[in-house]
Amino acid sequence: MIPESFEYFAPTSVQEAVSLAQRHGEEAKFLSGGHSLLPMMKLRLATPKFVIDLGGIRELTQITEEGGKFRIGALVNHHTLESSEKIRGRCRLLAQTAAQIGDPQVRNCGTLGGSVSHADPAADYPAALLALEVEMEVEGPGGRRRISAADFFVDLFTSALKPSELLVAVHVPVLESNVGSAYKKLRQQASGFAIVGAAAIVAKDEGGKCQRVAIGITGVGPKAFRATAAEKALLGKSLTEKNIEKACHQIASGIDVQGDIHASSDYRRAMADVFARRAVLAAAGLSQ
Amino acid sequence: MAQQYIGQSVKRTEDPRLITGLGHYVDDMKLHDMHYVAFVRSIHGHARIRSVDISAALQMPGVVRIFTGEDCRSIGSIPCAGALEGLKVPAHPVLALEKVRYVGEPIVAVVATSLYLARDAAEAVTVDYQSLPAVVDLERAASADSPRIHEEFSDNIAYTWALTGGDLDQAFKEADKVIKQRMVHQRLIPVAMEPRAVIARFLPGEHELTLWSSTQIPHLMRTQVAIMLGLAENHVRVITPEVGGGFGSKLNVYGEEAALGFISMQLHKPVKWAETRRENFAATIHGRGQIGDLEVAIKKDGRVTGIRYKVWADLGAYHQLLTPAIPTLTGLMLTGSYRIPAARMDVTGVFTNKMATDAYRGAGRPEATYVIERVMDLVAQELSMDPVDVRRVNFPAKKDFPFATATGLTYDSGNYDAPLKKALKLAEYKKWRREQQKARKKGRYIGIGLSTYVEICAMGPSPAMPAGGWESATVRIEPTGKVTVLTGASPHGQGQETSFAQIAADMLGVTIEDIRVLHGDTGVVQYGIGTFGSRATAVGGTAVYRAIEKLLQKGTLLAAHLLQAPKKEIQFEGGKFSIKGDASKSISLQEMALASYTAKNLPVNFEPGLSSTYYFEPKNFTFPFGTHICVVELDGDTGEIKILKYVAVDDCGKVINPLLVDGQIHGGIAQGLGQALMEEAVYDESGQLITGTLMDYAIPRANDLPWFELDRTVTPSPVNPLGVKGVGEAGTIGSTPALVNAVVDALQPFGVKHIDMPLRPEKIWKLLQKEAQ
Repeated sequence: MIPESFEYFAPTSVQEAVSLAQRHGEEAKFLSGGHSLLPMMKLRLATPKFVIDLGGIRELTQITEEGGKFRIGALVNHHTLESSEKIRGRCRLLAQTAAQIGDPQVRNCGTLGGSVSHADPAADYPAALLALEVEMEVEGPGGRRRISAADFFVDLFTSALKPSELLVAVHVPVLESNVGSAYKKLRQQASGFAIVGAAAIVAKDEGGKCQRVAIGITGVGPKAFRATAAEKALLGKSLTEKNIEKACHQIASGIDVQGDIHASSDYRRAMADVFARRAVLAAAGLSQ
Repeated sequence: MAQQYIGQSVKRTEDPRLITGLGHYVDDMKLHDMHYVAFVRSIHGHARIRSVDISAALQMPGVVRIFTGEDCRSIGSIPCAGALEGLKVPAHPVLALEKVRYVGEPIVAVVATSLYLARDAAEAVTVDYQSLPAVVDLERAASADSPRIHEEFSDNIAYTWALTGGDLDQAFKEADKVIKQRMVHQRLIPVAMEPRAVIARFLPGEHELTLWSSTQIPHLMRTQVAIMLGLAENHVRVITPEVGGGFGSKLNVYGEEAALGFISMQLHKPVKWAETRRENFAATIHGRGQIGDLEVAIKKDGRVTGIRYKVWADLGAYHQLLTPAIPTLTGLMLTGSYRIPAARMDVTGVFTNKMATDAYRGAGRPEATYVIERVMDLVAQELSMDPVDVRRVNFPAKKDFPFATATGLTYDSGNYDAPLKKALKLAEYKKWRREQQKARKKGRYIGIGLSTYVEICAMGPSPAMPAGGWESATVRIEPTGKVTVLTGASPHGQGQETSFAQIAADMLGVTIEDIRVLHGDTGVVQYGIGTFGSRATAVGGTAVYRAIEKLLQKGTLLAAHLLQAPKKEIQFEGGKFSIKGDASKSISLQEMALASYTAKNLPVNFEPGLSSTYYFEPKNFTFPFGTHICVVELDGDTGEIKILKYVAVDDCGKVINPLLVDGQIHGGIAQGLGQALMEEAVYDESGQLITGTLMDYAIPRANDLPWFELDRTVTPSPVNPLGVKGVGEAGTIGSTPALVNAVVDALQPFGVKHIDMPLRPEKIWKLLQKEAQ
């Protein structure tokens, strides 16, 4: 790696990190797992003058539980989420998603907070975070605040974080034992990012009818979104293959879908339906 | 010779140092007071250079000197070994002058005291470009009204070449049917794990330039760099430490190698440049890049009687070492493993505003094998025959070898039905054909693909090669009895430190630990050709074999003298010379070595020391062959291809080390499947390389690939005494058509006859959108 020169900071508290960011303004960047920032610095597409390495802030690496929610520190890496017994048991969707990111090396370094803050439209987490209706805890010069997932992802590589604001933790609801979940994705063959990623949580009542459903879709448009029409179509219906297929139709309707050398917009749209269906089927226990 | 090692899966002696990170690659080395070079490269596919402003960069901290094209005018042109008639060879300066012709072409070399400062200063160099229309599309580039890439030529056609054999007119006149098809061999990027790297150190006192370079051809590089820099060849030394893969991309002499030498000569400092991955993508040779129109004459029993193939070859902007020669190899192998009496190939080599294409694993042969193996399936489809039967109808029989082809080659030995038979059994071919029928009824799409390839290895007889096709070996018994083997081959992952030691250990009756195989240092090893074209064992290994034979003859003379017996009564066995029928009198190799060096009691006129050198010139190429069978299932929703089974039965002649052979086959299949499934270098219409990083250029990972079931048959080559053929490229050559044939087979219900690679899911998905027939 041959980046431009930069000044390096290793704060030990969130407050210190935020005040460093504030002091150096737009020329400062937070460094978490380094899987987006460092490649960009390597290619000199990003040339921050100040790099604030969050790796030494212990608070950010903890997973705790409060009030029926997990509070997952922003620096928790994908491998931890994939393998944590707590997360696998009680918020399986997050583990299912983390397990499909990149490769083992990437998962050992890349972090939840780093990925989410970067707001890459092809990142895996946003689909799950929208479906789970998580809250982001952020700290900035004005103190701490919470942002809902729905408000957090604003546009292509744009989050609701204000200048000098740092994503500190993600608050993720514990899923009840009757809630099934799945994350299904079509990988871009080179990068492993999602051409389409679909996260679903599904609960059925005793009669087999859909009691709760949430579908998050990533990779298709400039930002991740909820497949609300499909959710509406499923709610209260029997969770049959036929109903699910019918509901997961034109998932990307109204979304600005761009094509590239890896997938045309037509293909992306079609795959949004396929993977939404697959995620719901799996979450409903009707397929693997 | 007692075979203790040959034929055994001896673990690679290279591996412990490599696995534990103790090996040394060029970029691991640091010389005292070393400076670093960063190149400013073209961001345009085609542009005139109005001016280059280095003034700001010169002011940057740590900058020592900046070299432009003007400063390097005295360096000779980057060499091309092509000797085709009428070949247009454009000037190819190490740093661009006046014009740039591909994205990544070096323009300026910045030298600084650290790598980072060099890179920073390179960013501060301003090049004022006047953008010109880029010539990207191959057929348009060949047209008369295309913008010209090299103004000194009348068009972008670098050469035309044809190869013809047999009576084509008759074949097409008498054909029952004629099949026509266009096939595209997409451009590929070699992506060796270790990018290129060079250190140059010029010592003014000794007037000696040492180049450490990650190359497959240290000696050829020494010769060429000496010529480019106007140095005496014996004042240039090329050292090739560990090389992290080449696949042909380091079978070349690049401008950076000469530029680094030149800079070191100017500054009297050692200088280093290690390619970044982006540079590796843009400015190290690419592979393949052919479009071909095919016409095939067939008889209704499945026999192929004639084949015409008209190819446009995408050469890129300049010739690298073997650029124009690669497509001609396609012509030689066009008839594949079949008795096809008439064949013609026409090549039009075309300049485009892209990186040069050159030898990439298989180098022209994968293109030929792909074409002919697709042809066999097209014939099967046309005549509703089983593709296995079509192949059998066209195979030459075992008794027909040596077999002369319409393209002028003589296949050394072969028994093509043997691996086919074995592979069919291993793959449970008939069972899968039944499964396929059942699956189709349920709307599932399974396909079975074969490839019964033959390829050309052991490059090669010198008359057929641009710069010598022999290989050298020196075998030296040291005074302590240890054995040093110096090979002119330049292994870079193939494992010949192990396999050559196996040959030597068996022949000399010593243990493998007694042997050291040295290579890749022109100051240590006698002149050699290098490692490419699956040649190292068949040619270089044979040189080792012959050198030891020669050495033992000398040893016999000395033994006869020391044991006081006639020469004809001396035998050599188990590392000892002894008198036949008298076990009590013997002398070990070690004792002999000592006696030969202390030289107190030698026969009259006996040359002291115990070493010999042999330059082996093969009389022919070798022709390994085999059958690959691939079973796939298509995902009807997404178009993704799942490989259900992969069987490879290869025949590479005799096997020195089965483990190494299997490793070559594994890697080869992976690389061949990479081309079939996902790899493609994409330039946009302005000549930008869109797939310029590993984020956009897909190469296969372990989890993309199935378990490979391997087996082999053994048909020894008569070309060399070891009976070996070569295996470095077989996997790549055999696998690509097997997979494509399987996918096309799966798509038969959709009326699909051919799909161009790479078979990305979307391409398959689109075909699946049509109604099944």
